Amino acid sequence: MKNFRVLWIPAVLIVMALALWWWLSHETRTTSASTQDPALAALLKDPAEIAKGHYLATAGDCVSCHTVQGGQPYAGGRILPTPFGNIPAPNITPDPDTGLGDWSFEDFWRALHIGVGRHGELLYPAFSYTAFTKVTREDALAIFAYLQSLPSVHQPSKPLGLSFPYNVRTGLTAWRALYFKPGVYAHDPAQSASWNRGAYLVQGLGHCNECHATRGTWGGTDSKAQLSGGQIPALDWYAPDLSTAANGGLQGWSKQDIVDLLKNGQSSKGSAFGPMAEVVASSTQYLHDDDLQAIAEYLQSLPPRPKPLPDSSGFNSASLVASGQEIYAQRCANCHGKDGRGVPDVYPPLDGNSSVMEPSGINATRAVLLGGFPAVTQGNLRPYSMPPFAQQLSDAEVAAVITYIRQAWSNHAGAVQERDVIKYRHTPID
Amino acid sequence: MPQHNLMHRGSLVARAYTSPMKTTAVLVRLRLVLPWMLPLVVLFASGAVHADQLSVPDTLQQRIAACTTCHGLHGEGSPGSGFFPRLAGKPAGYLTLQLQNFQRGLRKYAPMQYTVRQLSPAYMREIAEYFAAQQVPYERTSVPELAPSVLQRGEQLVTTGDPALKVPPCQACHGKALTGTEPVVPGLVGLPYDYISSQLGSWRTGTRASAAPDCMAEIANRLAPADITAVSAWLASHDVPSNTHAQPAGSITPPLSCGVLDGRGNGA
Repeated sequence: MKNFRVLWIPAVLIVMALALWWWLSHETRTTSASTQDPALAALLKDPAEIAKGHYLATAGDCVSCHTVQGGQPYAGGRILPTPFGNIPAPNITPDPDTGLGDWSFEDFWRALHIGVGRHGELLYPAFSYTAFTKVTREDALAIFAYLQSLPSVHQPSKPLGLSFPYNVRTGLTAWRALYFKPGVYAHDPAQSASWNRGAYLVQGLGHCNECHATRGTWGGTDSKAQLSGGQIPALDWYAPDLSTAANGGLQGWSKQDIVDLLKNGQSSKGSAFGPMAEVVASSTQYLHDDDLQAIAEYLQSLPPRPKPLPDSSGFNSASLVASGQEIYAQRCANCHGKDGRGVPDVYPPLDGNSSVMEPSGINATRAVLLGGFPAVTQGNLRPYSMPPFAQQLSDAEVAAVITYIRQAWSNHAGAVQERDVIKYRHTPID
Repeated sequence: MPQHNLMHRGSLVARAYTSPMKTTAVLVRLRLVLPWMLPLVVLFASGAVHADQLSVPDTLQQRIAACTTCHGLHGEGSPGSGFFPRLAGKPAGYLTLQLQNFQRGLRKYAPMQYTVRQLSPAYMREIAEYFAAQQVPYERTSVPELAPSVLQRGEQLVTTGDPALKVPPCQACHGKALTGTEPVVPGLVGLPYDYISSQLGSWRTGTRASAAPDCMAEIANRLAPADITAVSAWLASHDVPSNTHAQPAGSITPPLSCGVLDGRGNGA
């Protein structure tokens, strides 16, 4: 009887997938016949609409993925590495041959809202339509107007770096059945307008959950674990939990701290570095203050998290902590302070820092190895930087100092061992 | 031609990473730490440090610890090998261009690419100007023992070039005194043998590149491997002139088309 029940699960999934496939192909057939009406054409040329779209495209940080290092903005070519293979971002400038020049708004809306390409093909969720589906049609139109106003760049898309079975797009039907629920953001009448705006930006255009949640074997995120932090696949950074409540990754962050980090790249609780520095530099620093306040209000409403389980590895970190404390005094205390409190607006505190405390220890390890600059923003044009210690400290020394930092002051995170440092010393930068 | 002459910086670094206990690596580490301790000593001596509040100087030097840790407080580089190249006194335009090239991925060296990724054009320019303005005496560095004929070949390449290989003389762009040409051509004197040969190697392997048409990539690929040894050895053993300033802008006519020189040249 039990086995019989288990067999029903894949059967139901297949039926759901087929239904979705039918619905999608039906959708494609009906909408591609529609022609662009003159009122819509005029709106797409309207400077106010284009300016609105520019702002929204910035909020969505479209430019980050759709621009290759050193290349023309929005002309595509940047490779998104995933555990399944490399996915190049396409050219979204209005070039008719290699970009969106021949696209109608309906084509764009289908891509953004239901993750279906112009020829009815299912799009890979590296394009975060799982989040962009929440964007309203009105906002999508403005974004489309902006993209169509960009200078045309002729740059053919790079070939997909996926091998079998991941290069078979129909395989996405099952993935979508599991992880994708199309639908514009639903206003929550129990919450304030500002909260709703924040939720709309975070869940939709901001696609924060794409990094700030744990991904399963098939690359999907658990809808129950929204914004609860996770390791970014193939990038080897940890995007911390964003809850400011008890046991949250941002526990103790005020609204102002969140606004400061998104606007200036640093707050009294920590600095944006690694991939988040890029997000701040190309996206969030340009958001209006009321939108930043809205995002902060929404994040502050995220629920408390369960208390982390006590370390059951049986690893004794006492000797690591002792040698780490010495290294800290020599190498770190000069800037971050003996008490780990840092220097306001200059060097981030390490006591209570979400990137120090995150469960994997990757962020602290890589920050120590790579050093570098936090985001350069209008509010912090010449940031202070951190020396890279890869050339100065051995793997054992890095493990020791990070373990000390993770357990000093009010910090209470697990040890980082030499073998963990070895793993991340040579990780590629991209 | 010994293989190690062509070894590019990436593999040199990998070697140091993986054998941190080797004596050379320990020495490198010591050299890196010493300049760091200097500001500490100064701070303590001036009584600027309070027990409860760290005092952070509002200087560019303090802000760019990510750079000076390896390249030295004054951009002196790591002595001897040029493992971390000297930046002091190089033309600001050249240094800015190198930062941009790392940012664009034309130059490939992961730690540098990561470090410069976030920098704005204005900040990169300011950092470049800081190092360009530093005056640090040049040091004579060791050169492998080579037959006099090798050094003669090196001198020939530097002063007259090799028409058969279509290689112009280094002096044609890098200046009569080989101290560089404003704004973007670096000097070649006072640089260690390992540094020059590894850069020419990087141009051949594509880990170092500049805006197209990339004249230096062209030249490095026209050179025979033995020529790289010869030219690097001659340059590294050449006396540094008393005036190390770069020649003024506009004082050269590049023999090749160069993207960094606005594509001027006869396109040879």
